[in-house]
Amino acid sequence: MAINRDYIGRTYPVADPYEVSRVKIAEFADAIGDPNPLYRDRAAAQAAGYQDVIAPPTFAIVISMAGSAPAVADPGLGLNYAMVVHGEQRFAYSRPIVAGDVVTAQATITSIRDAGRNVMLSTETEIRTLEGEHVCTAHSTLVERGGAA
Amino acid sequence: MTGQVSYDDVKAGAELAPVSYPATRLSLVKYCGASGDFNVIHWNERIAKSVGLPDVIAHGMFTMAQAGRYVTDWAGPQAVVVDYGVRFSSPVVVPDDDTGATIELSGTVEEKLDDNRVVLALTARSGGTKVLTRARAVVRLP
Repeated sequence: MAINRDYIGRTYPVADPYEVSRVKIAEFADAIGDPNPLYRDRAAAQAAGYQDVIAPPTFAIVISMAGSAPAVADPGLGLNYAMVVHGEQRFAYSRPIVAGDVVTAQATITSIRDAGRNVMLSTETEIRTLEGEHVCTAHSTLVERGGAA
Repeated sequence: MTGQVSYDDVKAGAELAPVSYPATRLSLVKYCGASGDFNVIHWNERIAKSVGLPDVIAHGMFTMAQAGRYVTDWAGPQAVVVDYGVRFSSPVVVPDDDTGATIELSGTVEEKLDDNRVVLALTARSGGTKVLTRARAVVRLP
């Protein structure tokens, strides 16, 4: 089934609020093998000017995936997930993610285009606090191998 | 960690000391759990090979995280990453042995911007292949 280009520009509902915990940040930092004390030691984070431990830059993917999941899995879009690989990723941050943040993510499909035999799906996911403060925008491009129209 | 870099001390064109980080099967299992990305190509060799991959491959985001660590280790605790983007040009193939794969990172200070920001151009290789291209981080330094 070909991907549905009518979905370009579609914005998905805001994901349930995500509460950023110290434990999850430490687990993520362990998983990427990064011993940086800013991700584990509150005193070290406070010495650097933060309220609490901060998250590694790519931690934003955990939150943005919650926002983009409804788009990627939308049956009407018709993305064949078994053939999907990650093409590009970018994060534009207003500030680091800090333990204690409660944030939401909302995804928009920004483009769908062919590249040779593949089709490229780009999404933009905004991460904001419940008060509306912008924290990070995640730009993702997924490649469906062999999915060109 | 290398201490703190200050904006005034950084010169455009300066090279960052290269660093290598490992990626083992255990790394990928841990990353699956921590990230919530359980795509079978990151832990099941049988299925990875059945869809045309040479072996289990690392999550692109795991590789991006290694390059992120390279940036924050260089920049120091007072620095803030304000923008970070990569293109995944080739997968990191992780064999089922005690060593796993190695991700080799290098970088240069591409440009100094206003507001104490610097642009780092990053290169990541594994097994002799570039695994990230167009990798750039913008960092605000003290």
